[in-house]
Order: sequence, then structure tokens, then C-alpha cells
Amino acid sequence: MSCPDQAFARRVSRNSILGRPQVVTALLSINDDTHAIDVAADTPLLWALRENLNLPGTKYGCGIAQCGACTVHLDGKPIRACVTPVSACIGKRITTIEGLGTPDKPHPVQLAWADIGVPQCGYCQSGQIMSAAALLAEHPNPTDEQIDVAMAGNLCRCGTYNRIRAAIHKAAAIMAKRPAPT
Amino acid sequence: MSAVPVTRRQFLKVTTAAGGGLLIGFYLPRLEAATVNAKPWTAPPQGAEINAWLAIDADGNVTIRVPHTEMGQGALTSVAMMIAEELNVDWTRVRAVFADPQRHLLNDNEYKSMNTSGSAVVRRQHPHIMQAGASARERLKEAAARAWGVERSQVEAKLGTLKAGQRSGSFAEFATAASKITLPEEPAIKKPGDWWLLGKPLKRLDVEVKSNGSAVYAIDVQVPGMVYAAVKACPAPWGTLKNYDDKALKSRPGILLVTALKAVPGKTDNSDLQDCVAVVADSWWRAKTALEEVTIDWDYGPYANVSSSSQLTLARQRLGQAGTVVAEKSEGALYVGESRKVTAEYHRPWETHARMEPINATVSVTPERVDVWSPTQDQSTALELAADQAGRDIKDVYVHTVFLGGGFGGNGGGATAVTRQATELSKRLKRPVKVIWTREEDMAQDKQRPPNVTRLTAALRADGLPYAWTTRSLWYTQDGIARVGPATAHYAISNMPYQVPNRRHEAINAKSHVPVATHRAPGTNQNGFIVECFVDEVAIAGGWDPLEWRLAMTAGLADWQLVLRTLKDKSGFRTDVPKGQGMGVAIVEDHGSLCAACATVRVSPAGELKVEKVVIVIDSGHVINPHNAAEQLEGGVAWELSHAWMGGLEMKEGRFVNTNFDSYPLLRIHQMPQVEVHFALSGGTKWGGIGEPAGPPTPPAVANAIWYATGKRLRSTPFKNHDLSWG
Repeated sequence: MSCPDQAFARRVSRNSILGRPQVVTALLSINDDTHAIDVAADTPLLWALRENLNLPGTKYGCGIAQCGACTVHLDGKPIRACVTPVSACIGKRITTIEGLGTPDKPHPVQLAWADIGVPQCGYCQSGQIMSAAALLAEHPNPTDEQIDVAMAGNLCRCGTYNRIRAAIHKAAAIMAKRPAPT
Repeated sequence: MSAVPVTRRQFLKVTTAAGGGLLIGFYLPRLEAATVNAKPWTAPPQGAEINAWLAIDADGNVTIRVPHTEMGQGALTSVAMMIAEELNVDWTRVRAVFADPQRHLLNDNEYKSMNTSGSAVVRRQHPHIMQAGASARERLKEAAARAWGVERSQVEAKLGTLKAGQRSGSFAEFATAASKITLPEEPAIKKPGDWWLLGKPLKRLDVEVKSNGSAVYAIDVQVPGMVYAAVKACPAPWGTLKNYDDKALKSRPGILLVTALKAVPGKTDNSDLQDCVAVVADSWWRAKTALEEVTIDWDYGPYANVSSSSQLTLARQRLGQAGTVVAEKSEGALYVGESRKVTAEYHRPWETHARMEPINATVSVTPERVDVWSPTQDQSTALELAADQAGRDIKDVYVHTVFLGGGFGGNGGGATAVTRQATELSKRLKRPVKVIWTREEDMAQDKQRPPNVTRLTAALRADGLPYAWTTRSLWYTQDGIARVGPATAHYAISNMPYQVPNRRHEAINAKSHVPVATHRAPGTNQNGFIVECFVDEVAIAGGWDPLEWRLAMTAGLADWQLVLRTLKDKSGFRTDVPKGQGMGVAIVEDHGSLCAACATVRVSPAGELKVEKVVIVIDSGHVINPHNAAEQLEGGVAWELSHAWMGGLEMKEGRFVNTNFDSYPLLRIHQMPQVEVHFALSGGTKWGGIGEPAGPPTPPAVANAIWYATGKRLRSTPFKNHDLSWG
């Protein structure tokens, strides 16, 4: 786990020529491991994850924070990785879908997702799951209104919304070790 | 309750939270998909191949090769289920992998078809898919019969075990022998009454991998030595490239190539590489941001003055003249005397596919071979496109099937332009290239769903029912490329079942520069709204309850009666509701299925719409997986509700002004209605689709409900452009 790299920001600004950031080495804490990557400092976290760190579970959908397919956690809060430059992530804890749970030990949201059978094409679901996990961390037993607010930034073209809602309620029940609502 | 004999009727209710099913072990060739020399169909070791469709290993695990694309519609699970049903193998022993397109082409279309479209995987392909499983089962039985010295008819195959009297053995024991047997006569497939697996609500095979980020889509593929490309074609489709200036990129690190690709007319009618500029770099972000700094001079050609409003104006001029008569029925004079007439004009705008995975392709061209990963709904066509662009024989080309982040009809024909782009760039650079379209490029260059303008007239008898009904529709298609054929373009209008004695439908085909393609429920997705809203206008003008009108006008059509009566029973449809609330119904036949919807809406006095609930009733004849079917029907509701409520592309100066999800909004979770699904299955020889039919009846049901809530008749979409305020 790296410390906040104040020198990094200075280096970025020093290396920016004509507004174009140059390649820098960034230390990132991702899924509890520290990685050093060489990227242009303005590179969005999304592309660093996908191309430099071989973590393709986080998806590109729109590039303008409108669809939520790239949602990851930054210090536990959901962010859109497509508009978050790598330089803004230094010294912070990044969690991606690959680090939320493992096949052997899935996160309760992943268990609920699989049990309800949420995904169709599945492309948006990493982002949906990351948004849902962040919601449940803040509201362990969310209301439908809280689900609407937390999930409204995540598009699903297959229309799995009702199953997403059911799975969030189910995940809340799993986490509280109580029977799922019917 | 209905005219359908009880024995042919089956009711089944699936709640939206249907869970259950079995936990499935599931293998996906993730590593294989990222390795250039992989042969997806041979890895991992799969044991004895009984036929092209399946192999059985020494432990009795069955690998089923699925020739169709999995884009969310459940084909991977459905195909495996159909084969497991016939094979009589334990479902927990089934692994599904994607079949090999090259093998398919080299062996004279060994899988019959690798195209995935038209809700066809179950509806159309089930006979030959199930036959492959039945044939394998009988060959296993024959192998055991020969070993045991008994007749094949004495051998029973059940859950992976062969038995005859006291003797028994596993499928694995006889798999190698079975693979060498030719049957004197191929067996027939099972009848639905004999199914033990089909019809059960099984969980999809791809749920786990799609819940932990490990499912591999084309955009995820990593090939050693790969570089990245961003491309831009003319914002007005089929405009041409005059020149470009890449001075800004001189001495920029990481840029490998800036180049123009010239349009290729293509061998198939859908292989349409347009003029474009490409930047290849060592990262996609670098390529994308560099391309934004290239100055490009386009020639919009004659399209520069085309807009949505000019197309609507032209359509209205053309609709003043007669079109080609597509359907006609006459029992006398079309219109007589002073009878009461209802007339209306409806129109629907352009829509785009906007599947969540932007269009992309990765291609590796080497002296030895060509490898292709693309989100295609038709792998064998993608293979032919890459072979054509690379100038190589198809036996040197390998298409690796991966999951699609949605397709919806827009990824047919081999993902076309992008496959050519990536192939050409890899050929020039002699290294693997991944092309990713930005969302903006995806929205601008998609093969769109064309607009439709329709005029309708009905004349009423004294009893309020129509005796004459004429319609004239105008559709836009691309110059010389009629991707949405006449039959599809007129579905739901030309084959409307309502028994009006005098009918005529005329069609006019106008040309547009925009490439068009099928779009989940093509034809009916536009026409269903037009016809079924007009039906409500005619019914109400004649003093009829809209649901009773539909029942009266389809009297004697057993399946229509079954679906409408079930809808009446399950939805509680009523018209005596307080202002601001409304229920609406609609029914559309699509891809062989009859699907009805009842929508319940609430509209605030200020005009804010809430779609509270949509009840769907479908007769698809049969359902092989009610769990997946319910998911697909819910998805169909969301798909068309999105377009009708908040969709619509607008064209100005030859290009679409909608560029991303900020200007082309899609339905979000708080706007999704509760969806209740009921199956009213007539069985028999009817096999209808599931993935598409729930879309078309949804918008008219909602618009008809809005009329009851507000008194406002919506004759165009999106609804958001209408003032729904009242009181």
C-alpha cells in the first residue's frame, strides 16, 4: 500500500507541455495490491485498469460518466473510472469487480446476483454490482427509494432493473443473515 | 373461457423474481480467447467427439458446442438444454463452449447456421439442434448394444447411463465407440410431452462469470504485441474524406500510425467500410485523444441538407400519392356513403441500438493466419469479411467467439465495418490491432432503425366496428441497401388480424443515406405502436371498450382469443379510472409469437409520467426455459419503453445530433415498471420467439393508458416531447 504521492502531482504538472501530460510512473493501490504503471497522467483510471493492469472486468460504455459501466470504488465510494484521471487516484484505495469477491468467496452482492439470475448480456453488471455494493455498505437495508438514487447512474440496455432491485434486497438479507424478502 | 381445447392449453406464471434452477459448472475459454494460436473448439481436452455438437470426456462430462452468439438472450444455455434434453445427460455434467466458425464453413455449414438473429435459435433451429443430441444418444445406445450383444431398442439411456437388463455402463465408456457409428436412420426428436429437462426454469450458464467480471467480451481481449486504434468516419454516413491534417501529432510519443482507410463496397450487402481516419497508438486513450487533434475535412455530399424535419416533410409529400399495394382484401366498395371515418397520421423517429458494449474488434494478421475477435452476431460472416479484407483464404482465418455486450440486431453481418478496419490496420502494421469505437462513433455510425410515417383511415358501421381500413406507410432505407425488407417493414400492419371486410395497405420506400439494420423486433417495433394506438382511437370512436373491441375483431382466431382473454383475466384492465390514472392494452404478433401488454400509468397534473406496471401475456407455442423467457420479456418491455418514452434520434445537416447517453437517454432503474409475465401457450406446431415480442405491444399499451389518464392521444414518439399536463 503506497502513501499519497505528493511528488506525483508536481511531476505531472512539470511534465505537462502545451497542456499535454507526459508519461509518468504512478503507484496505485488496487484490490489490496500496489502496482506501478507508466501512463500519461491524464489517462482515465478505466484505461489504466483495462490496458496496463489487465483488469478488464471494469467496462467502457460512454466515457462521460453517463452509464456507470466503469464504476469502481475509490476509498470505498463509487466513482466513474472513465472520467477519473489516474493522477486523482494516487494514494487512494481502488477496488474493482475483480477485487470485490473471488470465485471461492464471492461478495454477498455477487451471490445475490447469481442467485436471482440478474445478468443478460452482462456488460453493465460489473458497474451495477459495484454501485450496489457501495449502497449496501452505506445502507445495509436500503429502501426502494435509496436503491433508485444509488442505481440511477447505471444503465442496463437489457432491462434487468427489476432483478437488480430484487438482488439488492436479497444481498441485504444475506449480509444481515436473515431470510430474503419474497 | 376460450376456443382453444384444454389439452392444447397450458398456463404458467413466472414471477419476476423467479430463482431456483441448478448450479452449473461452467467452462469458458478465457485463456484461449486471449491466445493467438488457440483453437477454441479443441480446448480443453473434451474427450470423444460424438458429432460436431458434443464431446464426452472420460469422467462423463459433456462439452456442448454452441454455434450461436450469446448476447444476453440466453442462447448458450438454450442450445445446451436442447442437446442435453435429447442426450439424456445429467444437466450438472454439461459444459457449454462456443463452436468454431471455420470448421462450420470448411465443412459445408456443419452447424446449419451460425447467424444469431430473429429470435430464431429456439424457434427455427430447435429441430436440427435437438436432432444432433438425439443422434448422439442413439449412437451411444448402439455402441452399448453391440458390446452387449443386444438390440439398440433394448438399451435405455438415462442421465448419462446406458442400461439393458442387468448390464449398465456410463456414456463415457461408450463415447469413443459411438463416435465411429453411423446409424441406418437418424432418430426423430422428442415431442414436448416427452421432455424431462426442457420447460424447467433453469438458471443461465453464464450467470456466475457475468457476476464476477470474468466473462470475456471482444473489447476485453488482450493479444501479445497488440496496439490500439481509434477511428472516425464521416459524421454524415457515407460522406467522403477530402483530406486530413495530422501535423499536431508530429513527434508525439506512442503514435504508431495515422492513416485514411478507403470505403470498401463489400461482397455482402452489409459489409460497408466507409472512408475513415484511423490513429493507432500504444494505448487506446492515446489513440483516441490524438485522433481528436487531427483536422479532418469531410465532403457531406448531397446529405448536408438532410434533417429529421426535411425527411418528415418529404414523407408527407410522398404520402399524398399512392404507394405499392402490399396487402388488399375487398368485399365490396372500400368506403361507402357518409359513413363515419377516423383518420390519423403517426410517425416514429430514428433509433439507435446503443448496446452497452461499443463496437470494437481485435484482429491479428500474420503470414501464417488471421485471428479475429469481434462482437458479431454472425461469426461465419465476420470470418468471410476478415478473409476478404486481408486477401486470405478462409482456411487461414480464425474467428474466436466471445460474449457480446448486447447485439439487438445491430451486430449482424459480422460486425462489418469494424472487422474490416481492424483487419486492414493489422495487415499494414503487421501486428495485432484492437479498434474501439468511442460511444460517439458507435452512435453516429450504427446501422440505425429507420423512421416510419403512416396514415390510417377507418370507416365505421352503425355498430361502431370498422368495415373499411386503409393504411399507407413510408419507410426510409439506405440507398441501394434495403436491410429492412418489405415484409419486415410492414409486419403488424399488413398482417393485422382484425377482421375488417375491406382492407388495403400501401407502402412507400424512401431512400436515406443512413445505413439501416434490424433492431430488436424489426418492423413491429415501429408499427405495433402505430396500429395498436389507432385501434384504440377507432374503438373509442365507435363506443367500444378497447379490449372488447380486440376480442370482437379477432373472433374465431383461437390463439388471439386465448392471449386477449388471459390478459383480461390477469391484468384487471378497466377504463373507469380517476383522471391522472390509466390502463391501456395492445397486442402484436412478432416472430411467430402473440404478445399482449396491459400498462398501468399515472400522470401528474403537471404532466409527469410514471409507468407503474406492465402485464405481459405471450403465446410462443412452447417455452423451453421459463426463467430465461421471463427475463427476455422483461427486457423487451424495457427496450421499447425506452425508445417510446425518451428515445428518438434527431438528424440535422445529415448527421445525428444525439452523440452519447446525455443526448440519447435510455430508461433507468427508477423509470422501470413492475413487469408481470404470463404464458398462455397454445402448443402444437407453434414455435414463436421470446427475445423480441414483448417490445412492440409495450409503447401502444402505455400511450393508450396515457389517453385514459390525460385525454391526450400520442401519435408520435418519444413521449417526452409531448406535453402531458392536465387539469
